[in-house]
Amino acid sequence: MTSKFRVILILCLTALLALLAGCGDDDGSSSADSGQSAADCNPEALETVTPGTLTVATDKPAFPPYFVDDDPTNGKGFESAVAFAIADELGYAEADVKWVVESFNSSYAPGPKDFDFDVNQISITPQREEQVDFSSTYYEAGQAVVALKDSELAGATSLDDLADAKIGVQLGTTSLDAVNETIQPSEDPQVFNNSTDVINALKNEQVDAVVVDVPTAFFLTAVQVPEATAVGQFAAPGGDEWGALLEKGSPLTECVSAAVDTLRESGDLAAIEEQWIQKATDAPTLD
Amino acid sequence: MEGRAEDLPGPGGRGAERAAARRRRDRRGVTIAAVSTVVVLGGLAALVLTSSGWPDVRDTFFSWSVFKSSFPEVLGGFWLDVKLFLIIEMAVLALGLVVALVRTSRPAAMFPLRIIAAVYTDVFRGVPTILLVYLIGFGIPALGYFDNESVFVDPLVLGGIALALSYGAYVAEVYRAGVNSVPPGQRDAALAVGLTETQAVRHVILPQAVRRVGPPLLNDFIALQKDVALVSILGPQEAFRIAQIEQASDFNYTPLLAAALLYLAVTLPLARVLDRWDRGQSGRAV
Repeated sequence: MTSKFRVILILCLTALLALLAGCGDDDGSSSADSGQSAADCNPEALETVTPGTLTVATDKPAFPPYFVDDDPTNGKGFESAVAFAIADELGYAEADVKWVVESFNSSYAPGPKDFDFDVNQISITPQREEQVDFSSTYYEAGQAVVALKDSELAGATSLDDLADAKIGVQLGTTSLDAVNETIQPSEDPQVFNNSTDVINALKNEQVDAVVVDVPTAFFLTAVQVPEATAVGQFAAPGGDEWGALLEKGSPLTECVSAAVDTLRESGDLAAIEEQWIQKATDAPTLD
Repeated sequence: MEGRAEDLPGPGGRGAERAAARRRRDRRGVTIAAVSTVVVLGGLAALVLTSSGWPDVRDTFFSWSVFKSSFPEVLGGFWLDVKLFLIIEMAVLALGLVVALVRTSRPAAMFPLRIIAAVYTDVFRGVPTILLVYLIGFGIPALGYFDNESVFVDPLVLGGIALALSYGAYVAEVYRAGVNSVPPGQRDAALAVGLTETQAVRHVILPQAVRRVGPPLLNDFIALQKDVALVSILGPQEAFRIAQIEQASDFNYTPLLAAALLYLAVTLPLARVLDRWDRGQSGRAV
């Protein structure tokens, strides 16, 4: 009986492999970038998920200073304001912008997306660009080290002072790479699911310090954990540029990029940044 | 059952004919099974492989280059899973046995302990394990009793405690079922030949009970082996967490596949051991 079963199994596996091999040949037909000239960047011409509406995604909860009151639709907060500015640039009225929830981890899954673009503090990297499209950069973030005020690390003056610290970071952030490559701590950093867990780990003293994006650090120390302080900041290796995420080969990528570029050149982007992200944290630069 | 002699293969007898017929039937069975399997599995495979999104799925879930580059790191994290699993499993076996013995104990004075044991199994089996890991992992350090050098803020220790409490409840019920399956006559007989209550449990009831619940215990082993990955939410970089880190950094899900294969590499042999054990047990036919 068993040997019979084995014969069947081998037959089937062979058949499957043959099928797999056959299908392995047609490659590269998946994503053909369709170019679109700037003149076509208007609600009539853009092939959005819902015609006439611009669907923008972000994660929930949406944290300050990127969003305010966990409500992306109110136009408050850095990324909410940037998204509405892009929409305005493309010719959409505020009422024609629809927000949907998309978790970071599902935002880059293959398959059709139910958003036109996603703003979620997502860093642009060459590896990621193989799977999704990114718009032009709308923000460049530094990394900040945050520790409790009464801890030894609060007085750290160089990255070497952090070498033996237990460091917490959030999963999927550039901060993890920054810690591994720049600080190189003796103990593996602890990697948490979301920023709430990172904050609690700091509060509970499960970790000695956390590393987050500079704007996050500012809000963290000002509001979420007042007993913490930004010890210092440093540049992530290779820089950390955020862009809007779009489906690979999206017909909108060029238009969204063009909108971001226009906003930067006109100074509107800088104004939004000024309004929602206090750039000048007084945290010293660590090296 | 007459005419057995005719079954024997030999020249002239009908045995040879029957044997040939049986072979034909067997062969036809194999052919039908093979064809139907190819049709069903092949159909499913064709459905997946001819879909318009398959090239994307292949690149994001089955990328060989990503697999190769992430596998060593995921494997490094997997040793942490194995170590955690072995330590937690021992705690679970001990905890489960104690709770089961309390719940099946007879003395009236043990009543409050029986209540506690019953509430423990009900509550800890009823709460999702991931919630327990969260509650214990973030709750105990938040109490503020322990400074950050204490083992009670170590995520591995806290996660281990949470998993041991959860699985201890399941295993306690498995043991209890085993104890209850031993016929009461066994205990009566043990007492009749002069053993004390404790000796009867230790030398007569438990050995029979544990032998009977081997397969379900191993089943819980396998479940725990996978659930060790839940400790990752507290920060430690075990296989699943490392796979998630690689996944988020490259926007490619293949590292998760690498982690899945590692878990399979441990759970599949365990499942085979379980099968063999089961066969041995039923073959013995007590």
